[in-house]
Amino acid sequence: MIEQVAEPLQQTGFSKVVLELHVNNHPGVMSHICNLFARRAFNVEGILCMPMADQSRSRIWLLVFEDQRLEQMVLQLEKLVDVLAVRRHGAEHEVFERLERFFH
Amino acid sequence: MMQMTGAELIVRLLERQGVRTIAGIPGGAILPLYDALSSSECIHHVLARHEQGAGFMAQGMARVSGRPEVCFASSGPGATNLVTAIADAALDSIPLVAITGQVPLSMIGTDAFQEVDIYGVTVPITKHNFLVRSAEELLEVIPAAFRIAMSGRPGPVLVDVPKDVQNQKISIADFPPPAVADPLPALDLDAIETAARMINEAEQPVLYLGGGVIHSGAAQAAVTLAEQAGLPTTMTLMALGAMPMDHPLSIGMLGMHAARYTNYVLEEADLLICVGARFDDRAIGKAAQFCPNAKIIHIDLDPSELNKIKTVHVAINGDVSAVLEALLPRVKVMLRKRWLSHVQSQKTRFPLQMEGSEDPRSHYGLVHAVAAALDDDAIITTDVGQHQMWVAQAYPFRRARQWLTSGGLGTMGFGMPAAIGAALAAPERTVVCFSGDGSLMMNIQEFATLAEEGLNVKIVLMNNNSLGLVYQQQNLFYGKRVFASKYRGSPDFMKIAEGFGIAAVDLDAAENPRAMLAQALATPGPCLIHASIDRAHFVYPMVPPGAANTEMIGG
Repeated sequence: MIEQVAEPLQQTGFSKVVLELHVNNHPGVMSHICNLFARRAFNVEGILCMPMADQSRSRIWLLVFEDQRLEQMVLQLEKLVDVLAVRRHGAEHEVFERLERFFH
Repeated sequence: MMQMTGAELIVRLLERQGVRTIAGIPGGAILPLYDALSSSECIHHVLARHEQGAGFMAQGMARVSGRPEVCFASSGPGATNLVTAIADAALDSIPLVAITGQVPLSMIGTDAFQEVDIYGVTVPITKHNFLVRSAEELLEVIPAAFRIAMSGRPGPVLVDVPKDVQNQKISIADFPPPAVADPLPALDLDAIETAARMINEAEQPVLYLGGGVIHSGAAQAAVTLAEQAGLPTTMTLMALGAMPMDHPLSIGMLGMHAARYTNYVLEEADLLICVGARFDDRAIGKAAQFCPNAKIIHIDLDPSELNKIKTVHVAINGDVSAVLEALLPRVKVMLRKRWLSHVQSQKTRFPLQMEGSEDPRSHYGLVHAVAAALDDDAIITTDVGQHQMWVAQAYPFRRARQWLTSGGLGTMGFGMPAAIGAALAAPERTVVCFSGDGSLMMNIQEFATLAEEGLNVKIVLMNNNSLGLVYQQQNLFYGKRVFASKYRGSPDFMKIAEGFGIAAVDLDAAENPRAMLAQALATPGPCLIHASIDRAHFVYPMVPPGAANTEMIGG
């Protein structure tokens, strides 16, 4: 029989991307987003979330590897009811860089 | 101003949404809602015997009506028992609104009696879910649940309502309007033009229809497209009935248990037009070797399905019905004599082999005999396993929503409660549930619900006293090491049915099984029709899991 063997999920070696998510601010939104990445076996390298000025919305920053499934992940993110917009930035975006000193 | 409790508000909102039947089971945390439901004059409550049954009854209603339908369960075990039915709805894109009771807000997070974080549990298996924190929120959440369930690609939504929110008093001036579906995406006319040109220029095109054609009400448009452009047409398990099985352009179901010629025709295609299907592994086999010579046009309402499994040449995001209507005037009338006669010759050389199809006591013969005794108005449901594939292969489906089956999740135990739901949604129709002994025993308690409701549901039990598809795979792929797939005991299903108050007939003992079957099907009310099937009958052809579709065994 021909076994179904999943290809190992190699994510290192790809360049990094920063995703900026504009989301509703209420309990459960983070769990929807983290669960989506976890159940589709897509690693999140870094995550930041803070409410925006008017408190009804939050902004989430995600640091992820840019493998061939990223496009699919963005489409899946856009389907979440509480995700209002997704923007892609290069890894050179300063949001995670400026935090690095807290992790060394 | 109107004053009412959160529970009363939910019931009024459901009534205004047009909900007329709710399946469920009460328990401590949902009793305020049941108390409010008891005074509803227009909602009929169907008391299931297990919450999974209630979930599948709601699914059966939704699969027939095409609208979101509702099930209720209490907190904790009541809610977790719904999980399988919700996941099944997610994978088959069925609109479902599940409403669960929860422990009071102040007790959430304390491991209270019958407390489970069903919101957290259902995140991965719902389109969206809500934990309601005040009665006022219900004014938004209940319409939103329906809107989300029915908008775009349909799916399940869960609303978890703590008991104190159900009891909370609220004053409102007016009810929110009933939910309607969001507007459909705009038509991508450039992509549609390109698709039309590719269809017009193709030599050996194949039309590949999926469940989205049923959900979108696009079956007629799809058949018209096939006829206009001379397209041999294959259907996924979810799309059976979209084109009549006996239509000259139909090449039947594709994939793991397709007729040989169907998979061979797909192998030769130079253009594949995929409409509302998602390149599931059971349909396409090894993705890299599926339709190796074909360009692909993919039409789907869900943008994340486009380019997910196969990279396509033209991706059209839109409601398949609207896209097909726009495509039709741009597609030339073609006879395609050479290609269609080649398809016909493949069909003659490699047809579906249906051994024993004249004997109503054999597997294919029983499916044919049931079909012969019914007309196209009947609804057919199945459980999951060999019987499901035999029915998919052999039953002459001729209309959309005639066929209800658990495709994506493949849930044994789906068939009978879904049939009950179908009969609740369409009481004028005969509903037949084909089942196996393994599947039937997974929700056999719903015999009690069926007897109570007295619905016109016939269960055709193909009994081989085993988990037949497991037994088959162990024989074919695990060196005939048969383990845990043959039952040692054999329950007396006739007595079980009679014990629940359901009439039962046994074709094994019949002098004229065909006549006994026809009479049982024609007599109104529930009935179990029992037939023993030889365990040695396998589902053929079969593509081994993970293999290319052309590598079929048997048949």
